[in-house]
Amino acid sequence: MNIRKLRSAALAFSAAGVALSLAACGSAGPAGSNVSSDSATMWGLTGGNQPVLQKSVESWNQANADKSIKLDFFANDAYKTKVRTAVGAGEGPTFIYGWGGGVLKSYVDAGQVADLSDFVAQNPNVKDRYLPSVLKNGVVDGKTYALPNNNVQPVVLYYNKEVFDKVGAQAPKTWDELMALVPKFKEAGIAPFSLGGQSKWPDLMWLEYLVERIGGPEVFANIAANKPDAWSDPAVAQSLTKIQELVDAGGFINGFSSVAADSNADQALLYTGKAAMVLQGGWIYQGMKKDAADFVKGGKLGYATFPTVSGGKGDPANVVGNPSNFWSISAKATDAQKKAALDYVKDGMFTDGDTQALIDSGAVPVINGIDSKLAASPDKDFLTFVYGMAKNAPSFTLSWDQALSPAQGDAMLSNLDQIFLKKISPEQFVATMNATIGK
Amino acid sequence: MTSLSSPARRVRDAGPSGWLAAPALVFFLLFAVIPLLGVVFLSFTSWDGLREIKLDGLSSWATVLTDPVTGNALLVTAKIMFFSFIVQAPVSLLLGVFTAGGQKYRAALAVLYFLPLLLSSAAVAIAFKALLDPNFGLGPGFHLPLLTQDWLGNSDLVLFVVVFVIAWQFVPFHTLIYQGGVRQIPASLYEAAEIDGAGRFRQFWNITLPQLKYTMITSSTLMVVGSLAYFDLIFVLTGGGPGYSTRLLPLHMYLTGFKANDMGAASALGVILIVIGLGLALLLQRLGGKNRNASQLEGA
Repeated sequence: MNIRKLRSAALAFSAAGVALSLAACGSAGPAGSNVSSDSATMWGLTGGNQPVLQKSVESWNQANADKSIKLDFFANDAYKTKVRTAVGAGEGPTFIYGWGGGVLKSYVDAGQVADLSDFVAQNPNVKDRYLPSVLKNGVVDGKTYALPNNNVQPVVLYYNKEVFDKVGAQAPKTWDELMALVPKFKEAGIAPFSLGGQSKWPDLMWLEYLVERIGGPEVFANIAANKPDAWSDPAVAQSLTKIQELVDAGGFINGFSSVAADSNADQALLYTGKAAMVLQGGWIYQGMKKDAADFVKGGKLGYATFPTVSGGKGDPANVVGNPSNFWSISAKATDAQKKAALDYVKDGMFTDGDTQALIDSGAVPVINGIDSKLAASPDKDFLTFVYGMAKNAPSFTLSWDQALSPAQGDAMLSNLDQIFLKKISPEQFVATMNATIGK
Repeated sequence: MTSLSSPARRVRDAGPSGWLAAPALVFFLLFAVIPLLGVVFLSFTSWDGLREIKLDGLSSWATVLTDPVTGNALLVTAKIMFFSFIVQAPVSLLLGVFTAGGQKYRAALAVLYFLPLLLSSAAVAIAFKALLDPNFGLGPGFHLPLLTQDWLGNSDLVLFVVVFVIAWQFVPFHTLIYQGGVRQIPASLYEAAEIDGAGRFRQFWNITLPQLKYTMITSSTLMVVGSLAYFDLIFVLTGGGPGYSTRLLPLHMYLTGFKANDMGAASALGVILIVIGLGLALLLQRLGGKNRNASQLEGA
């Protein structure tokens, strides 16, 4: 009898083991098994800048065999999960790719990234190459923990000129014009806006810009500073209401909540003419240049700044998005790895070849003295537009999901998704988010 | 009477030597029981994955138990479990009985049915995601209005789409189990029934089904407990969305742990998951009846 009981319990246990293997899952281990323990490791992102980074590291490795870097690439969403787990488990790469903001701060608080202040002080040429407004995003509590590594990425309103010509429309300059365009495009059987809603972060671009236009940069600055009830600023609820009005009007493409931005489906909707506009990061220009070369070269891609909102307090020249991506150096790396990494940052990054490759890919490097190079590029219209946007912006707010702590950022994206699906009201959003302040 | 039969009975009850289980038990202890204890411990801490692990009493449990998303995740899990069972059990039983037949064409069909089992969950999910895309998928591609639904973006529809894709992937496996079960049934039972004048339906009802009792319990246990572990397929297909519509318990646990970086709450969810899994598995074993060690083939 006892044995019987034991057996059925064991069987139940092993069946539950299936569920258990999930519960116990953890880090996926180090990147690649053929890395010698003394060579520096780097994790990059797939997408527009992948070939540029790949080339930069390859030529560095050729010239500096003794300080070689092992490079691996990951998709955006997967990378964000993987790197944090890996760093927490002491298995992170030497070069930690990031966005600055609250996520960088959480690494700093945990003592996981090296203080680069001395390095920057000793190498003024490193500091001097960057646009100062971008450099400051790698600074936490007066110390430099991250240095910019690629291009400036403001959020831009892209539109399909062909489709606009077909219905005889102009790019919207105000929110009212934008709302007036919605029925026009719907009548023509074209979705007004494409949106990668399944990825959730594209939803956020709408909230970021609306809050910026209505309330100015202080609204989010207060939220990021963890001031109590900072989400209660009326600009937040007003922006959420505007978003829901746009959803109600049918502003977003059918099934937007199952469109994934990581697979570039949202931009595909724009260049195939199924959608007229998309609000997305500066980086999708690189993707479209590659995936829809004729569309971009043929001058069918339009771009504009986000419309103004009447009565709004924000300066129309203000920008949201990612000032750049950054390299941090792991505090847990060996001395040899750190030295190789810092030498690469000093001499291997933003070489003439790197800078030109970035520009050729359709991106604006975050460094000084590139005006003539931009002007010589076949993409000069877009590049000078983006460069001007970033350079002339009185305020450049970092993407909120990166600026906030991971716990707050995740709660914000989940609740904003609920706003777009109309499952919660703006008031519920504000109340839920106020409860996350300080977490 | 007792002096004769009892030694024989004891041998039969005890079965083969318990030492046979030792290697599996060691493995289980190392990779299941010890991590499980770790998860239970973590559920009483707060940890963001980076900083020090801090003992935090019941606060993670309070967060998890008061969060409406947890309740919703349990409901979604129960729904997926129920509908998956309702769809998969009869289909795989009938397919299993069908493919157990000796005819050549049935063997050929069995091979075809088997194909989805060879594909990884991620591949299945990516393929269905592409096919069901409301703008570039099968429906819009062939201009079929009936198929042009917002399959994965409509909160009411998406659950059933997920159940369908799960069934597509797992029915072949359960079919295989049933096929094996049916082939174990002695032909003499059917011959006797035929002599007694039983038709096909009566043979199925009175011989095949009762003889498959234990196969059914095995298959059902795997189905029900397995649906507590659906993760990869749904993670790739919908990411738990739209909203929380397909955010079932394992996915909720993963997103809490690795997106929101709240390992304490994620561990509490893991403990809930394990308790439910154990409970269900034990329950299904009970349903097997008191004399479950008796032979199925008695009287054959």
